[in-house]
Amino acid sequence: MSSNSITINGNELTFEPGETILEVARRHSIDIPTLCHLKNTTPTGSCRICVVEVKGARSLLASCATPASGNMVVLTESAKVVDARKQIIQLLLSSGNHNCAVRGGSSDNWTQFQLNVQKDDQSQELCPVWGDCRLQDLAYRYQVNGDAFAPTPTRYAIETVNPFIVRDFSRCIQCGRCVQACNEIQVNNAINFGYRGPESKIVAAGDRPLKDSECVFCGECVQVCPVGALVEKDVRYQVRPWETAPVKTTCSYCGVGCQLYLHVKDNRVVKVTGVDAPPNNGSLCVKGRFGFNFIHSEDRLTTPLIKENGAFRSASWDEALNLVANKLGEIKAAHGPDSIGVLTSARVTNEDNYVANKFTRAVLRTNNIDHCARL
Amino acid sequence: MTNTIADVEEADVILITGSNTTENHPVISTFVKRAVSFKGARLIVVDPRRVKIASFAHQYLRPNLGTDVAWINGMMHVIIQENLYDKKFVEDRTVGFDELKRVVEKYTPEYVEEITGIPAKSLKDAARMYAGAKSAAILYCMGITQHTTGTDNVKSLANLSMLCGNLGIPGGGVNPLRGQNNVQGACDMGGLPDVYSGYQKVIDAEARKKMETAWGVTGLPEKPGLKVTEMIPKAHSGELKALYIIGENPLVSDPDLNHAEKSIGNLDFLVVQDIFMTETAKTADVILPSKCFAEKDGTFSNTERRVQRVRKAVDPPGDIWDDWKITCEIATRMGFPMTYETSEAILQEIGQVTPSYAGITYDRIDSIGIHWPCPNEQHPGTPILHTEKFPIGKGVFFGIEFIPPAEKVDADYPLYLTTGRVIYQYHTGTMTMKTDGLNDRAPECFVEISPKDARQFDLANGSAVTVASRRGQIEAKIQISEKAVEGTVFIPFHFARAAANRLTNAALDPVSKIPEYKVCAVRLAKAA
Ligand code: SF4
Ligand code: SF4
Ligand code: SF4
Repeated sequence: MSSNSITINGNELTFEPGETILEVARRHSIDIPTLCHLKNTTPTGSCRICVVEVKGARSLLASCATPASGNMVVLTESAKVVDARKQIIQLLLSSGNHNCAVRGGSSDNWTQFQLNVQKDDQSQELCPVWGDCRLQDLAYRYQVNGDAFAPTPTRYAIETVNPFIVRDFSRCIQCGRCVQACNEIQVNNAINFGYRGPESKIVAAGDRPLKDSECVFCGECVQVCPVGALVEKDVRYQVRPWETAPVKTTCSYCGVGCQLYLHVKDNRVVKVTGVDAPPNNGSLCVKGRFGFNFIHSEDRLTTPLIKENGAFRSASWDEALNLVANKLGEIKAAHGPDSIGVLTSARVTNEDNYVANKFTRAVLRTNNIDHCARL
Repeated sequence: MTNTIADVEEADVILITGSNTTENHPVISTFVKRAVSFKGARLIVVDPRRVKIASFAHQYLRPNLGTDVAWINGMMHVIIQENLYDKKFVEDRTVGFDELKRVVEKYTPEYVEEITGIPAKSLKDAARMYAGAKSAAILYCMGITQHTTGTDNVKSLANLSMLCGNLGIPGGGVNPLRGQNNVQGACDMGGLPDVYSGYQKVIDAEARKKMETAWGVTGLPEKPGLKVTEMIPKAHSGELKALYIIGENPLVSDPDLNHAEKSIGNLDFLVVQDIFMTETAKTADVILPSKCFAEKDGTFSNTERRVQRVRKAVDPPGDIWDDWKITCEIATRMGFPMTYETSEAILQEIGQVTPSYAGITYDRIDSIGIHWPCPNEQHPGTPILHTEKFPIGKGVFFGIEFIPPAEKVDADYPLYLTTGRVIYQYHTGTMTMKTDGLNDRAPECFVEISPKDARQFDLANGSAVTVASRRGQIEAKIQISEKAVEGTVFIPFHFARAAANRLTNAALDPVSKIPEYKVCAVRLAKAA
């Protein structure tokens, strides 16, 4: 064995200095579950789901916060590890309104619990992120439900007073990913842990609603929340993950060119998330994430229009295009090519722009083409 | 940008000027904020408004509006005088240093303080901070370009960067942040009056010949055409008879809007191709409906020159077409058949006539975009420009004198006005204003004013005022804010109903023909 190798589940693996056990494992496709871990931020080790057994260590160690060291021998799914994870998951499931089917299913207990949750949620449906929740995934993986502990009564009401994000504190597992995302990735410094012990809650300064805080609704916190505690308002109970298909594309607003997924349901974009690739590495701003309603606006132009006696009437493509071609041809013949100008756009594609450039120069025979970037 | 967005996190010092980064380029601002908060980078912000990013700065300098050349010369004066410049870079890679030195000689920190209002000591500190960096990145936006001296401002920043050897290195560069998503692409593709795609000049006979062969025509026009800010006056005077506008809304975004409206009204024929009935479309003779980005296949080029895919996600609402297809159909009906099967076929043609895009294909950029120049299909792209030489060989220093802005405050118009954006809206609002949540956050126009000015003019927060310039007037609500600095108010330009551009000055930069959106003189009065 050499000083830069580590044994995980019997496999001898090499590591780079400074790598954590979790990083080495993931690099070699060994799956250690995590909840609070968030790439590119300081590990907090708070959820302890990623614990592993390290030979010679007195207790289980959080793999996200423990550096790999020479000749370490690690087990990621030993009986001890699995027991610890089961207990953590059971505690989390009973900590709030986790009413997906993993919480037992037959007892009266369940009925009363479910009724309470429905009242809090103002909905007859199961959790809004059912099927897209890391806690639910783990409950299946380790085959546990929430019956082991009594449910925790709801302490804080759901916050719905902003246009974009619903904060459901009862489903918050205090993993802190949203706090990391807001402070270490977006650096908007809008939210943090507030209060202590069982009262603990993620708060904006002064425990104010997000809309009255430093929050700029970038939605990074929603994207990283592993459970149903932070959900887009327009998605909550409207869209289920299995109903949508993502299409990767480029944001149409500013010049950063963030890569995003448009989530499509029945030929409509219903949600947007950031792609974890350059240039934005998963981040978006409020416009990119929430400003997509224009796509399906009732006000979209749907047919060519021709103005007659001061009012528009709809026309066929043929009629409109012939009119444009004739008019431009007449004006060019009568007044010369330079009597016509073209404004192309910083909002259409390269292909559209190239064709406009070719049209102006080769067909109209003028160089009068520009766009409004300087405006 | 000469460098990439991610490269900002490599910088030792970051200088941001004329950019309200957190609101206009929010995701780029996260790179800056992380560099400063967690990676030890130092930040200098120079801006007439105390914008949010200034709260992260180690040095915040507040210049009077339109005095950028003066403070940049002042920084260079200090750097040269204290011998802090990169002699090797200046020697090996540039020409014109002596001229620069001669011109900046008189821009002592004290003289600069008189012009800009920046305390001499702060200027010196900032100059030392910038020059002391191993690598220093400059980020700028419209606050630099939208002036009658915009070209001078940009050249001055390039001077500063070259002086300290910050071009062509990681964490350095001079980086314009593009406001609209495909400004870079529109320029790259020849959406400019003097160049074809890839900045090949129309006055260059060889370039013309090349395009003539590729397009199967002869006699392409050799005289550079009109810039948009020249088209409007020509429409007014009657020399320009027809305009074909694709996806732009100049009747909110143009300066001195009242004049622009009259000019456009004067055209014989106006075609507007857009996704919405914009203010401009309403005045058209024919409107052609086009697809929006979610319905299209194609590419956009971002502010760091990265060419990225746009993919169709949904069907358009009705029988509406790609912009390129509409343009092709008009061409064909004018006797010049233009047809393409797909947008991919267009990119192939672009690659054939545009050396900087030659190596870019849909396949290659399927998962991650590539930075042009990318001259062939084996080339990995060019994240950082000018690493070994400049396109023209050596970098040229220009000695540039300060020229005051075109309009000054006086007894009738005692306040300066500057314009810009807010985070929740975009450009003229045709897209963002369709999302109720964004309107809820930023519902209407406002006049941002400093607490002191508000007291002096006796204006209460939220009260309605009329704002008048020599060209027009609008009504908006007062928003008292610490962002504003005495003597200068700010109005966002998104809102057609209270269009800031009824007030702005159409005075142009002599080279770039960019209007001076960032400075004009106004007066406020309580609305009747
Ligand atoms: S939306 Fe963005 S700014 Fe607001 S709390 Fe979440 S991460 Fe922070
Ligand atoms: S809101 Fe979500 S991300 Fe934030 S602490 Fe709670 S569970 Fe974690
Ligand atoms: S998401 Fe925001 S920062 Fe990113 S490209 Fe879109 S508008 Fe720009």
